[in-house]
Amino acid sequence: MINSDGQCEILLRVEGLKKYFKTRSGLLHAVDDVSFTIERGKTLGVVGESGCGKTTLGRTILRLEPHTDGKVFFKGDDIFKYSKRKTRHLCNDMQMIFQDPYSSLNPRKTVFQIIADPLIVNKIYKNKMEQDQRVLELIEISGLATRLMNAYPHELDGGRRQRVGLARALAMNPDFIVCDEPVSALDVSIQAQILNLLMDLQDDLGLTYMFITHDLSVVKHISDDILVLYMGQAIEKAPSRKLFQKPLHPYTQMLLSAIPVPSLTGKTREHEIIRGEVTNPINPKPGCRFASRCKYKMAKCENGEIPFYEIESDHFVKCVLYEKGFC
Amino acid sequence: MNCENIHQDPLLEIKNLHVVYETDLQTVYAVNGINMTLYPGQALGLVGETGAGKTTTALSILRILPDKIGKVTDGEILFNGVNLLSLNDGKMRDIRGEEISMIFQDPMTSLNPIITVGDQIYESLLLHNKHRLSKKELHERVDEIMEMVGIVASRKGEYPHQFSGGMKQRIVIAMALACRPNIVIADEPTTALDVTIQAQVLAMMRNLMRELQTSVILITHDLGIVAENCDFVSVMYAGEIVESGTVVDIFGQSNHHPYTEGLIGSIPNLIVETNRLKPIYGIMPDPTNLPTGCKFHPRCPYCMEKCKTIQPSAHVNGSHIIACHLYDKGGITDD
Repeated sequence: MINSDGQCEILLRVEGLKKYFKTRSGLLHAVDDVSFTIERGKTLGVVGESGCGKTTLGRTILRLEPHTDGKVFFKGDDIFKYSKRKTRHLCNDMQMIFQDPYSSLNPRKTVFQIIADPLIVNKIYKNKMEQDQRVLELIEISGLATRLMNAYPHELDGGRRQRVGLARALAMNPDFIVCDEPVSALDVSIQAQILNLLMDLQDDLGLTYMFITHDLSVVKHISDDILVLYMGQAIEKAPSRKLFQKPLHPYTQMLLSAIPVPSLTGKTREHEIIRGEVTNPINPKPGCRFASRCKYKMAKCENGEIPFYEIESDHFVKCVLYEKGFC
Repeated sequence: MNCENIHQDPLLEIKNLHVVYETDLQTVYAVNGINMTLYPGQALGLVGETGAGKTTTALSILRILPDKIGKVTDGEILFNGVNLLSLNDGKMRDIRGEEISMIFQDPMTSLNPIITVGDQIYESLLLHNKHRLSKKELHERVDEIMEMVGIVASRKGEYPHQFSGGMKQRIVIAMALACRPNIVIADEPTTALDVTIQAQVLAMMRNLMRELQTSVILITHDLGIVAENCDFVSVMYAGEIVESGTVVDIFGQSNHHPYTEGLIGSIPNLIVETNRLKPIYGIMPDPTNLPTGCKFHPRCPYCMEKCKTIQPSAHVNGSHIIACHLYDKGGITDD
């Protein structure tokens, strides 16, 4: 979305965000020095394997977890400096859709009550009529049948439950929604319905998404930009199309080649299989964290921090292979 | 890949299988008359959404349906010509694990948490110890099997929680292959794993099956996995097989059952740019109250009057079978 100056408005800017967890065996680096920006009305896809810090990143940005270091600017303001009262208002602008539609809804409340909850808590409407009107509107835009408004979550299937979660997130008219694996618990046919709904809502309401997922085909479909995380670090960031056409980081390349493709070419396709598994994120060694699994591993990979190289405009990669630009 | 095997005798043949789950309150029609054939050395993919009856089919083959609730009401399951449904319990136990074995979906729950993985593999060897091997020989076999799935044998004294998800699934696969079965039924073997680990496990399975000449029934909801690992595909919907054929029939032809078409349209494509996905509208029918006629008609974009009342018959074109009224006139003409 372009503002009056003809410039893209940056809605969210994250600078060097760190989140460490103290564990008995040491510091767990869940999110380690991650920086990115999201423009208003765009979608940033965050991909990575389980345990790479995707969800923690989302939760830290929403202040659901206290951060360790770094800054998050929302609409230009540093939100970590906000007072308690301002933080509460911030919740209206930033919302989250959770991964598991089975456990993120209160089983003892009806669909109508669940969606009305944020409106009641924030005392948006003084008039009950207006409030009910708004809930009905939300039920409609999320594609739920109004006959379901008095149903309890257990009566709904996964897709409908996720629609309730979405309606609840939309209740406060947010600008920014963190979608944490919103479709991974759903069947493919239902997944497609929810993805279409998310994209329609983005067009209609001008929403900005941070879309967290492990499914690369979903992330390609919905995202404008993609951030690849590996053990808490951002290792590659690029516009969606560029990343899929020309993945630079060895990890991204292998991640892409690991996806099974539903076509006849799949059978003959050469799979580059990543050896080994994700190593321990507690007190990681300096240098590239992927080095132990990488086929291009060199001595300098383990020498100190590797910067984020900008190879082309908007295409960043954290890998020593690109020290001197393209090789 | 293994289409030449079609001239051999089938290894496993399922004929008109019906399975219901009966409780006091309701009857769930899980499998409604499916036919399936598996030839030696072949990999058959069984695709469908949650509740399509894929797992129920697998459980019926091994006769491990939940006691008293799950019942096979009709049909035959022929393994090398013998109807498994008519065998007594003792004979069935010999087949289970030895001739036909199963890999379950969730490696986290299909291993016993308080027994070391080595002992769990040892147990399955001991129960099917046909060659009367000594204890020492069996333990050597355990080492061999663990190395086969890529885990160092020195870890056999460890407990399941000490392994990662991918490693646990390898151990489950090792147990399934321990007795060199003829058929392995893999029920969503990689759904709980990350893509990179999934690729490792699938590649390992492919190689092992080829080496050991094992036939596979691969149950999955991921069409990509089927395209890359199977020779033959059956698409299930509401307890019926709506379309089946070789991978070439399913992924290389343009004629499909509307449900298969919907499934393919629902997957975001990695190669071609699409702005909108073409989802299947509506949800799976309630298996206690299935629609009449074609089970897919309430969700079908091409639904006709006769679809609502008349069960479509199967249209055959070589290896490609589609059960849909759209092909009543002219049949399937594959391009």
